[in-house]
Amino acid sequence: MKLVKKHDSGILEGDLTPMIDMTFQLIAFFMVLINFTQSESNDKVQLPDSELAKPPETVLENYRIIHLGKDGTAVMGTKEENYKGLRTTLDLQYRQIQFSGEEPADTTIVIRAHKDAKGGMVQELIQICQEAGFESFALRAEENVNNGFKYISPVPGG
Amino acid sequence: MQIRNANKAGEKIELQMTPMIDIVFQLLVFFIMTFKIVSMEGDFNIRMPAAAPQAAPPEQMEFPPMNLYLSADAEGTLTGIQLNESQPTSFQALNQEIQKLVGTDSGPGARESAEIEIGFDYDLRYEFVIGAVTAVSGTKTTTGDLVKLIEKIRFNTPEAPEAQ
Repeated sequence: MKLVKKHDSGILEGDLTPMIDMTFQLIAFFMVLINFTQSESNDKVQLPDSELAKPPETVLENYRIIHLGKDGTAVMGTKEENYKGLRTTLDLQYRQIQFSGEEPADTTIVIRAHKDAKGGMVQELIQICQEAGFESFALRAEENVNNGFKYISPVPGG
Repeated sequence: MQIRNANKAGEKIELQMTPMIDIVFQLLVFFIMTFKIVSMEGDFNIRMPAAAPQAAPPEQMEFPPMNLYLSADAEGTLTGIQLNESQPTSFQALNQEIQKLVGTDSGPGARESAEIEIGFDYDLRYEFVIGAVTAVSGTKTTTGDLVKLIEKIRFNTPEAPEAQ
């Protein structure tokens, strides 16, 4: 029987092809799923959920987003202040929309309010927007995957 | 001058894999670190011009005007629901009341004139407001289909919070 002599000087090379295949597939997976709409979210805001909150079939063309924290802090664009002082920012936005040739009344104000924020603050925020000339509003909520109403009996004894 | 023969038979050209693997792993780590699962979001549209909207003449109104009021305690928890004269005890009951008033079997155009004004205590938590908006704006059938109820939703004028 003939024994094959092993060469000590040979370099051991692992087959990298399967690893590179998998790595590229993982990169493709994450690239496809990466969410570029992160600017629409805010750490201060935890949205209320609703079973009817479905992503819109048509994308809003003209809109401005206001985030409202539960302490009354409003974030619009890069500006962060109490919602009661938002009028100046809204007036500026109104003029910008007019300058760009769009109709401010057709611009939707998307309100992303924290679920524990006081409802009266949201009402006041809407009123401030109305005074600035905006008419169309969208209350944003998170999709509730469970069917049925979350608050089945909110009233004691109900 | 000696010219080397570059195409020697049997000589392997070895690609440098290390830089590519470095970059690929860096990309992978970047995507993993920035990956965030976000739940889907949806909007409830409300149109509220600053001027008080003109109420339609009674003969043009297919449905009676509806007023909904939500009461809250000092902590912002819902304590009562009042829809016109009735007092539904839950959002589910409110949804059924709205279905009785507006009807789910009428055509899609028939419910367009239905309007509701929602009022609530200043301290009421926003999640309850959205719960009420959900209850009046639609319902889901057993097959999971969405039936729209009232599309014209307005909020009333906010009342000043009680003095602390």
